[in-house]
Amino acid sequence: MDVAPPGRAVSDSPPLLETAGLTKRFGSLTACDAIDLRIASGEIHALLGENGAGKSTLVKMLYGALAPDAGEIRWRGEAVSIASPAAARRLGIGMVFQHFSLFEALTVGENIALALPKKAVTHGLDGTIRTVSRQYGLPLDPHARIADLSVGERQRVEIVRCLLQEPRLIIMDEPTSVLTPQESEVLFETLKRLSQEGVAILYITHRLVEVVEIASRATILRRGRVVGTADPRAESARTLAGMMVGSDIGAVDKPEARMTGAERLRLQGLTLAADRPFGIGLQDVTLGVRSGEIVAIAGVAGNGQQELFDAISGERLAASDDAILIEGRPVGRKGVNERRRLGAAFVPEERLGHGAVASFRLSDNVVLTRHATRDAIARHGLIDKKAATDVEGRVAERFDVRRASPDPRASSLSGGNLQKFVVGREIDRAPTLLVVSQPTWGVDAGAARIIRGALIGLAEAGAAILVISQDLDEIFEVADRIAVMSDGRLSEAFPAGSLSPERIGLLMGGVHHQHDGTSDGEAGHAA
Amino acid sequence: MADFAIVTAIVLTVITAATPLLLAGIGELVAERAGVLNLGLEGMMAVGAVGGFAGAALTGSTTVGIVSAGLAGLLLAVPFAFLVINLAANQVATGLALTLLGLGASAMFGESFIGKPGLKLPALDIPGLTSIPVVGRIVFGQDALVYISFLLVAAISWFLFRTRAGLMLRAVGDSHDSAHNLGIPVYAVRWAAVLFGGCCAGLGGGYLSLAYTPLWTENMTAGRGWIALALVVFASWLPWRLVVGAYLFGAVAILGFHAQGLGVRVSSQFISMLPYLATIAVLVVISRNKLVLRANTPACLGRPFVPAR
Amino acid sequence: MRLDLVPRPEPSGRMALLSPVIATVLTLAIGAALFLVLGVDPARGLYVYFVEPLTAGWSLVELVVKAAPLALIAVGLALCFRANVWNIGAEGQFTIGAVCGSAIPVLLPDWQSPAVLPLMLLLGLLGGALYGAVPAVLKNRFGASEILTSLMLTYVALLLLDWLVRGPWRDPGSYNFPESVLFSSAATMPVMGEGSRLHWGVLFAPLAALLAYLRLGTSVQGFAIKVTGAAPRAARFSGFSGGAVTLGVFVVSGALAGLAGIVEVAGTIGQLRPTISPGYGFAAIIVAFVGRLHPLGILVAALLLALTYLGGEGAQVTLGLSANVTRLFQGLLLVILLGCDTLIAYRIRFERRGRPAAGEASRG
Repeated sequence: MDVAPPGRAVSDSPPLLETAGLTKRFGSLTACDAIDLRIASGEIHALLGENGAGKSTLVKMLYGALAPDAGEIRWRGEAVSIASPAAARRLGIGMVFQHFSLFEALTVGENIALALPKKAVTHGLDGTIRTVSRQYGLPLDPHARIADLSVGERQRVEIVRCLLQEPRLIIMDEPTSVLTPQESEVLFETLKRLSQEGVAILYITHRLVEVVEIASRATILRRGRVVGTADPRAESARTLAGMMVGSDIGAVDKPEARMTGAERLRLQGLTLAADRPFGIGLQDVTLGVRSGEIVAIAGVAGNGQQELFDAISGERLAASDDAILIEGRPVGRKGVNERRRLGAAFVPEERLGHGAVASFRLSDNVVLTRHATRDAIARHGLIDKKAATDVEGRVAERFDVRRASPDPRASSLSGGNLQKFVVGREIDRAPTLLVVSQPTWGVDAGAARIIRGALIGLAEAGAAILVISQDLDEIFEVADRIAVMSDGRLSEAFPAGSLSPERIGLLMGGVHHQHDGTSDGEAGHAA
Repeated sequence: MADFAIVTAIVLTVITAATPLLLAGIGELVAERAGVLNLGLEGMMAVGAVGGFAGAALTGSTTVGIVSAGLAGLLLAVPFAFLVINLAANQVATGLALTLLGLGASAMFGESFIGKPGLKLPALDIPGLTSIPVVGRIVFGQDALVYISFLLVAAISWFLFRTRAGLMLRAVGDSHDSAHNLGIPVYAVRWAAVLFGGCCAGLGGGYLSLAYTPLWTENMTAGRGWIALALVVFASWLPWRLVVGAYLFGAVAILGFHAQGLGVRVSSQFISMLPYLATIAVLVVISRNKLVLRANTPACLGRPFVPAR
Repeated sequence: MRLDLVPRPEPSGRMALLSPVIATVLTLAIGAALFLVLGVDPARGLYVYFVEPLTAGWSLVELVVKAAPLALIAVGLALCFRANVWNIGAEGQFTIGAVCGSAIPVLLPDWQSPAVLPLMLLLGLLGGALYGAVPAVLKNRFGASEILTSLMLTYVALLLLDWLVRGPWRDPGSYNFPESVLFSSAATMPVMGEGSRLHWGVLFAPLAALLAYLRLGTSVQGFAIKVTGAAPRAARFSGFSGGAVTLGVFVVSGALAGLAGIVEVAGTIGQLRPTISPGYGFAAIIVAFVGRLHPLGILVAALLLALTYLGGEGAQVTLGLSANVTRLFQGLLLVILLGCDTLIAYRIRFERRGRPAAGEASRG
């Protein structure tokens, strides 16, 4: 018990929640290394750190979804063992997940009922849901099916479900990553109100601005360790960033203006029907990307970005050949390999299962996108294993892909290393057009810098690059022009310098929508 | 009155043809609602048929026969549940294996019963009611398993959509990860659902050897387990629609034989093909509307659950 | 006790090879217990079942003759299963292959020409391929589950054969026995030695295995099959059509099963009967898995399964045991094997119920 910090004589009562030396290992990786954390009632406590810093692992232990390997959790001063999420809820800990924990096929009411103790579920539940959700500015219809709701509405369900359990501590994991800036403002109002009612909030994020705006205390994690605590109101985003990232990593250099040349990709009135129930279709998408420029598509996830990627890559075919031009050639009805042969390369959002096959070795994953291009990986229907292995080695070296042995299976690589490999595999082909979705989602800062640097380098070499991303920081870092996707429609592409984050936020909400945050749920569906 | 006699006879044979499908189907429906695809239905029906016949023949009680049929199916579901739930084994392959195992086991244990006369499940005659013309015989003159099949459908319908436990079961089938996050015991729910499915399949098999033809013959299930699997898809996982499907199939199976009786000259083999061809036709028709089908399919169907710890 | 699965960073190649061995040993152990229950000395039972068939020349020949169709079918099934396509209708494709190929000797019994046998093989191949294509088309066009349709078609095929040999194709001189005419020598597989049952048709199995092995390992088509099975989304990204792969593996496996069917009739049986297979099409599923879905592994696994058939026949004669014990063994083997296969992707950890209190573990 020597790891417990001596109680600072600030107040007599113990903090609401305290951890001492909390540790979790996954194989050789120590995701959380002796974490000490103190949260007081009524405070909004930010847990700040980059992707992979150990934030999610830590809160899963607090919520009983993961068992710690070492260390102690104290609730109101008493050591507790939180064996399951149900145990956490009994203590008074509620959680709003980053990747939602809702049941798509069930209704809002059913989803909420499942999380409440049996005796709390009565016929009056629907009314309670309506009342509570309105009270906090998050109106909900208990009979709506989750599958029919927008991402923002789904988060409301999560929050209302959490509130109905009357928790003393609410854990929120990256809640704004799926929201427009305006929706985020509504959320912050709700959080402030809860805090005034004495509820503690553990707010996990990597967005510094939010921390400065709402948090009264911040604990900063880096590589699984606590590297500092701070009062965000006394700090600036810049100083917090220094603690979060460490001093060794800077932003990539972006030259002021690049020479742009011929149009390498053109989307002309691209329209595509939804291919799944509750899916999004594309409506009249028009965009051009020129040689030497990086165009970014911003937007909240689930607004048609996936569909757009599939249409450009040729995994889904457009209605007419003329809807998509690559190097001036109509390819709307052509397959993915024909587009690759014209010089296009694609990096999808999902690394495992889409951009790479987990159970395949890296050399086989090279074959995945290059068996039908002109690089001699395959000739006369036969695969040249040696050529594929050569590419694997070359990509690994050039993009610093860290692997335990030569040519391992894709599943053994960390997210960042796999992403470097998947991007590197395409850049190694020297494509003239690169379409990449969420290039640095969930990868560590070092890998992100290498990848963004590679994108910029490729553009400077004359390629046209289209980046689809939810990460506004990333977009502003690399893009020359920015278009915004909302509800299957794409805005005009504006020069990056002419757009503010607020303006992008409005576009994300859909210019034709009156999404000012205080309107009720129906407003978003006026179309 | 003669026409009534024919109609009555036809309806009665439809009921006997539909009941085993309905019994096996309702069990599979529950398992699939919980996210487990059990392709071992045919095997579990086969051991149920042997178990039911043996239980009745050895004790002289058809009640024991019913119980032992259910138990036999349940017993065979145990290794399946362990493999696909605890060991996260591939559900399709394991289900196939279970069918092969069940058919083998039933053939072996049933060998000594070949050619022996069995006990027939008695009709539950209700004095007065059963003698009502036409309807009386059909509605009030059935054996216990027919009533059990309808009771099960009603009970499952109520359970799934009106109880908290049923909601939990549907939640597990929709997203086992979310269910786990909420503290719903995914493994326990799936075990219960699979065992229930095994028990129902056993009863379905037992119906064959206790009521349909009170005999034991090898391969007497004749693909009914597979047809029941198709019916669950046809019913889009809704209990009452399963009744429609099972009786439709019962009618198809019986149609041919009555046609033969009425002088239509077709070889018996072609008549025997009807249910199989009908199954294919039904699968084609319902699978065409992919959007509707996908919206109803339990999202976790066939996917193993391995929680991170 | 609680059993936890801990994912391995990489699938264990060692366990992939060890798993069939463990499963076989466990099946033998359960078999011994079963013999005990049936009143047979377990040692003697296992000897008769699994050793005796290997001690005589004729039974070794018989082993190969039985292993050949199993391997031929299983090679095709392995391609399907690798692509995550579930053809479980091989028994039907086998039957249709046999029926189509037999059309020549049954309908043209007097045609004696060196062209007869090759033509029969070709018809068998085509018949199986077309019958195999049906579930693939139904899946691609309508989304109907190939598991159910391929199995339903098996029942249809078996009934069709039954109808043929009892009806139009029955040998008029057979005294009402349900069987076709005996095939002439031109329509019969030549044997490797005078009076031997070892016919040249058994060579199709190693040939198919070798071809499949080479194609799977080095060709783009083989790559397409593996990607489609491992990650359909990635396969589409790679430019492969899932429908084309489904159709391809169904046609190939149907053709191989059809070839096995006509070889069985023209080589081993010599005529059509209501039952021409002791469940080869289903046992081949087990062969495919025991052989690790690897064409060369399948050759070994086919011998193992053939041994259970032979042992079953021996046990019937010597020990008075039911031939159905064989089916039980086969089913058990597959169930146990699939359980053992968990060890390829996971380590198994046993834990006492509940978790140690957080305080106990805080020494680190």
